[in-house]
Amino acid sequence: MIVGGGGHGLATAYYLATRHGITDVAVLERGPIGLGNVARNTTIIRSNYFLPDNIRFYELSLQLWEGLERALNFNAMVSQRGTLNLFHTEAQRDLFTRRANQMRLLGVDAQAVSRAQVKALVPLVDLDNGRYPVLGGFLQPRGGTVRHDAVAWGYARGASRAGVDIIEHCEVTALRCVAGRVCGVETARGMIGADTVCLAVAGHSSLLAAMAGLTLPIESHVLQAYVSEALKPVLDVVLTYGAGHFYVSQSDKGGLVFGGAIDGYNTYGQRGTLPMSEEVAAAAVTLLPGLARVKVLRQWGGVMDMTMDGSPIISKTPIEGLIMNGGWCYGGFKAIPAGGLTTAHLIAHGAPHPAAAHLSLERFAAGCTLDERGVGPFPYLH
Amino acid sequence: MLRIACPWCGVRDESEFRYRGDASKSRPSADAGLKAFNAYVYERDNPKGWHLEWWLHVGGCRKLLTVLRHTLTHEIRWVGGASDQPPEELR
Repeated sequence: MIVGGGGHGLATAYYLATRHGITDVAVLERGPIGLGNVARNTTIIRSNYFLPDNIRFYELSLQLWEGLERALNFNAMVSQRGTLNLFHTEAQRDLFTRRANQMRLLGVDAQAVSRAQVKALVPLVDLDNGRYPVLGGFLQPRGGTVRHDAVAWGYARGASRAGVDIIEHCEVTALRCVAGRVCGVETARGMIGADTVCLAVAGHSSLLAAMAGLTLPIESHVLQAYVSEALKPVLDVVLTYGAGHFYVSQSDKGGLVFGGAIDGYNTYGQRGTLPMSEEVAAAAVTLLPGLARVKVLRQWGGVMDMTMDGSPIISKTPIEGLIMNGGWCYGGFKAIPAGGLTTAHLIAHGAPHPAAAHLSLERFAAGCTLDERGVGPFPYLH
Repeated sequence: MLRIACPWCGVRDESEFRYRGDASKSRPSADAGLKAFNAYVYERDNPKGWHLEWWLHVGGCRKLLTVLRHTLTHEIRWVGGASDQPPEELR
């Protein structure tokens, strides 16, 4: 029983059926599938992390993205246009160099990009902007974007054809546990028994876990995203600004898809407040002043599971038979293929996939947290 | 825009404040054991509803405030100083 018909839930069901031959699987979704965070992200894929275990996990995901359309026979518009991270100080250059070296040691693509090359790649960038001049960048050529809705549909169709039941409009209202073991879920449409229940409800993991009496190392926060009116092609790569939190790409329809940091306070409201919109717009205009008069077409928010170390959780829980896939912070989209693959492995074998063993829930108590930037146990800072 | 009524400065926009997280946690005694400290450092109730939280008024009096806010509607029901607790009937 998989709770949550988003990217990770559907991918888990797909890999359970296709890689492990387990087809007595149902995916329960509160509303229609694919309308949660899988439809609310900025569609970026990349594996440019710093911690070796995280690099390996996200690189597995990137490699799965590269073969996804063939595997699903579904056009997900996987576009490896490259992700370009800019740096603005010498200290930041050193930090990025360290990260790129770490990636290259593990066989992942990363290359330094000079100021002149930045300008050649993205003529719109104001290299000498008055606030934070651009000193250079790092490019992961294999990074890029994927059409997010197609990911949900593609995995759903693949899972469905392999024998998985996808049940929409079926909200889970309680988890049924007996003697520390899960035995089913109560839903708005009645009780359903199951030996294994997997929560894939990032954003709301704490609420579902609380139904089994568990308290997670997670806070829920809102992340806003924006899309502009359609423009002719102006941006070929995924571009990130290093002096604030801002990332942007151009969709095939022409809209600039962009976002920044989380608003920074606990919330389950799928909307944000204006101070963060202003901060994102300020970063956008500093870096790309030529776009200052472009109009924002839409704004939306998604609720994120922000963990205490900024890294996700794919793990067994203290309740026997209850598996968790969550804590994606705001990096869940790119991780969908690897998240689904490794969660399916955990369910099928009862032991973690080697690429996701570090993502266990026990890492917090064990002192093995995965804090990419070393900011400590403060979700609002990750 | 959240508007927080600072007891010292009056009603101000959220941009004057910095969020400092769950205010319902208190540090266990030194001999409370690993489980208690793990819960203190890492585990959060993360309710969908009323949430007691810290906000630091960095752009004003620089005092740390305790705020009772709803995590779905964002309504703020009570604001006090760092060592104050909201009345029981509000929680």
